[in-house]
Amino acid sequence: MKQSVFFAAVTAAGLSAGAAAAGTLDDVKARGTLNCGVTTGLVGFAAPNANGEWEGFDVAVCRAVAAAVLSDPTAIEFVPTTGKTRFTALASGEIDMLARNTTWTFTRDVDLKFEFTGVNYYDGQGFMVPKALGVSSAKELDGATVCIQTGTTTELNLADYFRKNNMDYEPVPIETNAESQQQYLAGACDVYTTDRSGLAATRASFETPSDHVILPETISKEPLGPLVRHGDNEWGDLVRWTLNALIAAEELGITSANIEELAKGTNRPEVNRLLGTEGTLGEMLGLDKEWAKRAIMVGGNYGELFAKNIGESTPIGLARGLNAQWTEGGLLYAPPFR
Amino acid sequence: MTTLTDPPEESFRLSMLINDTRYRAYTFQFIALLLLIMFMSYLGWNLVQNLAERGQDISYRFLGEPAGYDINQSVIEYDSQSTHLRASIVGVLNTIIVAFLGCVTATILGVAAGVLRLSPNWLVRKLMAAYVEAFRNVPVLIWILIIFSIMTAAMPAPSAFRGETPDASMVFDAMAFTNRGVYLPAPIWGSGSLAVILVFVASVIGVFAYRRYATKLLYDTGKLLPMGWPSLAILVLPPVLAYYLMGQPISLEYPELKGFNFGGGIHIRGSLIALWFALAIYTGAFIAENVRAGIQAISRGQTEAAASLGLRPRRIMNLVILPQALRIVIPPVISQYLNLTKNSSLAIAVGYMDVTGTLGGITLNQTGRAIETVLMLMLFYLFISLAISAVMNLYNNSMKLKER
Amino acid sequence: MSDTHSQSAFVRSEILPEAPPPVRERGIVKWFRENLFSSVANTILTLAAIWAVYYLITATGPWLLNGVWTTSSLSECRDVLDGRTGACFSVLAERWNQLIFGFKYPDELYWRPGLAFVLLFVALAPLLFAKVFPRKLLVLTAIYPFLAFYLIWGGTIMVPVFALLGFVVGFFVYKRLVLQSASMGLLGAVVSALVFWYVTGFLTGYMSNFLALEPVPSRDMGGFMLNMMLGVICVSLSLPIGILLALGRQSTMPIIKWISVVFIEFIRGVPLITLLFVANVVLAYFLPPESSLDLILRVIIMITMFASAYIAEVIRGGLAALPPGQYEAADSLGLDYAQSMQLVILPQALKISIPGIVNVSVGLFKDTTLVSVISMFDLVGMIRGPILGAAEWNGVYWELFGFAALLFFIVCYSISQYSQWLERQLRTDHA
Repeated sequence: MKQSVFFAAVTAAGLSAGAAAAGTLDDVKARGTLNCGVTTGLVGFAAPNANGEWEGFDVAVCRAVAAAVLSDPTAIEFVPTTGKTRFTALASGEIDMLARNTTWTFTRDVDLKFEFTGVNYYDGQGFMVPKALGVSSAKELDGATVCIQTGTTTELNLADYFRKNNMDYEPVPIETNAESQQQYLAGACDVYTTDRSGLAATRASFETPSDHVILPETISKEPLGPLVRHGDNEWGDLVRWTLNALIAAEELGITSANIEELAKGTNRPEVNRLLGTEGTLGEMLGLDKEWAKRAIMVGGNYGELFAKNIGESTPIGLARGLNAQWTEGGLLYAPPFR
Repeated sequence: MTTLTDPPEESFRLSMLINDTRYRAYTFQFIALLLLIMFMSYLGWNLVQNLAERGQDISYRFLGEPAGYDINQSVIEYDSQSTHLRASIVGVLNTIIVAFLGCVTATILGVAAGVLRLSPNWLVRKLMAAYVEAFRNVPVLIWILIIFSIMTAAMPAPSAFRGETPDASMVFDAMAFTNRGVYLPAPIWGSGSLAVILVFVASVIGVFAYRRYATKLLYDTGKLLPMGWPSLAILVLPPVLAYYLMGQPISLEYPELKGFNFGGGIHIRGSLIALWFALAIYTGAFIAENVRAGIQAISRGQTEAAASLGLRPRRIMNLVILPQALRIVIPPVISQYLNLTKNSSLAIAVGYMDVTGTLGGITLNQTGRAIETVLMLMLFYLFISLAISAVMNLYNNSMKLKER
Repeated sequence: MSDTHSQSAFVRSEILPEAPPPVRERGIVKWFRENLFSSVANTILTLAAIWAVYYLITATGPWLLNGVWTTSSLSECRDVLDGRTGACFSVLAERWNQLIFGFKYPDELYWRPGLAFVLLFVALAPLLFAKVFPRKLLVLTAIYPFLAFYLIWGGTIMVPVFALLGFVVGFFVYKRLVLQSASMGLLGAVVSALVFWYVTGFLTGYMSNFLALEPVPSRDMGGFMLNMMLGVICVSLSLPIGILLALGRQSTMPIIKWISVVFIEFIRGVPLITLLFVANVVLAYFLPPESSLDLILRVIIMITMFASAYIAEVIRGGLAALPPGQYEAADSLGLDYAQSMQLVILPQALKISIPGIVNVSVGLFKDTTLVSVISMFDLVGMIRGPILGAAEWNGVYWELFGFAALLFFIVCYSISQYSQWLERQLRTDHA
């Protein structure tokens, strides 16, 4: 009954304790958990499984950071956010980092004052239609009813694309992925548009995925990545280099299978520096030597995470494409660890 | 002789601020004001600090920038290059549309159900009670979602109308009920339709004039003119005559399948229908209760007195009960209208682009200007509420029993 | 001519036995005729109603009766039904825990909110049925919020204990200062309680393991439990605030009155959803930069503000309905403001306001579903998000929304029935 007053007291106490701490890193360490913003549910990227545990590609990034900072990949509070709430949640400090397939754009980086710490998935917006519709190109969509998720860059791209091609359409704005999926399946819209990865994930969750095709056009560039608040550079560095460690690990051939072996020391200096047997990279981040080793051990390197969550052997079945290492013709290019 | 002297002037002591009832009120108001100011400045200071820390500011410049998104239902000219301000106005108009439709439908439903709840028919009474209880006791959001789900899942998709032997067909070849909404024939105003409309307006005025005249005649001479069929004739005949004289200028445009969707005609979207019906049925249940209470509040003696004057039941209702009941019923019904308007903000759950969907939804998302948009949103609803309560006060004053 | 009677051939000397009324004037036939077929219009109405009932039954009957309870996905349901109409209630069975507790509340701890729910009735009983239970049992009601907090959120028992003690301290300070003046008492009570909590706030930090239940962060609460929690917490918090606001609005002190009026009218003028937006995206800007009130607390604050404005208006109605003689009588007895309010005015005003307060509470409880719009997983949020979004249950909306509607109906209908009963109980006029 009178709990709020008492909460006020608790907060007051919490405040006096928290006031001393300055950066997000210290906050997270003091709290013992990482607050990570994710979607409200997109299979493959972030969704709670039947046991209520969060799983997915974005979730894996959060877990890696938690492992690096707190040595415990499960010490995370996942905060589900919608398109509307995600930026305020991050700005207000409710979450420490946002890993919610968020597109890196100029305004978000500069005007909304966030810092993108890299790209964990190179994506582009696409269209999905039922096969029965007989459409083979987005150019044939004149007059179609299109389901979109609100609060994303998607609706702006969509408006631009149809305007540019002089086509008409009827937008049906929906708040959550689950609901737009229902609308689409019921035939209340002809087309569902979102990032291609999201389309693949959505299609994978359908009863008969083969009844739906993803059109070949990609109408936008969508580099998706984790982001943190502007101005807290130590924390930004940490998230950025944890992601880079995952990417570099794949390039260097460090996998969850051989990491224990490699961590004993090798004759490859960069591997040693990454895994902490050489140099003091960890200390520079304000962590210990084995931070990257822990991060990689959670679920493996970038390639393993990709294969496990969204890769071709999963129902989502995404090809590496742009997300292959630069050595294999992709865009993933982790700066050197030295 | 003793002279009355004034009691000695009490000198002011500080303790009187608390102990003396004359000053105490001032002290407390001062403290309250001080606390309020402190609280407000605390919030303000936090705001300034937070904004500074995040490098943000409060600015309404975004209202002049292109919105960049499309809105499916708009009664004014709008495209993705229009400004955020215009998008908000589109939203405001959409809010007003759904609120107006909802209020009208809710009133019809509510009055019907309220009167039927007092019907002598047992079955009807119980059925209406079931309706009222079922809808009053379940959140309106659930009703909105249920009706929206019915709209999307139970209605056929436009593609079902296609082919040699379609699964679904249009009603009277004029209306199509699809899961994207209802398509109705739209009138096309040809040249000369203005004249027809003017004639129609004139005949509506004519009906009122006739009824007035009949009443006056009744009071002056006691002669009772028939009311029903002459009114109908005045209302219908001249416009129909004008319509044919002008060469049938108004025609209907029927919806037909074009490409992915139906084209032509009026398209009432599923989201609007879900919101409109759910709000109307939900609020109708409340209005039914108000109507019932209003009628029951009129004491039986009034009915009996009217009956003893020799009035027939219908006239008792029209001349004695309803005028008195209306005085009781209308204020709560107006506040139900207010509730309906506020509940229309749930549009966001079904993707109807009202002001919560445009200004408080996509504009907020795209610009990230949370404080500004939410403030504007609240002010808009506040304005509507104050306007409606002003109307209610006017009404209450005009209906106040004139006590002499 | 003189004696016509004696000339009569036959005079019945005993009264005839009463004949039964004609068939159409008795029993079920009479009832039917009077209630269902009294006129042409009535007959048409009856037939229409019968058709409506028939339609409802034939539409829902088979659907309910053929319901499937044991499958693990919608497609399996369809296989089992094999083309017949039937509901797929399996979703309720499989996702029961999620619907009730949300998907993150640890399942080995379900007994805690369950116990809190059962205790709710124990705590409410002395309040709801004041005539049956002795007044002393009200202590249970007073302790309940703290116990429920301990059960649901967990953590050390010292937090609720100190919170309770803070109220006790505040109460004694009020008792002491109220002799001087009501506002003084109130102010003193609030200040002393805050000081007490502030001081003990440090203490609990050190005793965080004393008699601790496993703590559950409020973010993990969901499902119908969240609706119940929001409803119960916000209504009980808004009652005292509402009373204060109503008294403030009636006050003769212009500034106090002005503050109350602006607050009440502002809150009543905007939809709850905009207030939830405030909780969700704006409130954080107005709190100190380092603080982090979680979403559920921010929502509680906003809903409480919302509810107190409405309750204040109801109570103001009750205050206004009291005849002025009551105020004058209290004054002429020499009671001061606090005494006259406590002993004379408020007991009567609150009694008149009970139906209104119950109406507001029911409305508020229904409105707790709106939190699903700001991505909280209450009952409706669970259905709209994780459950309908799951591949195996995509498309079972009837069963789920029907279940949600039923749950709310049961709770709201019983509350409103209770309030009608109470109204009859409290009626003091003997008309």
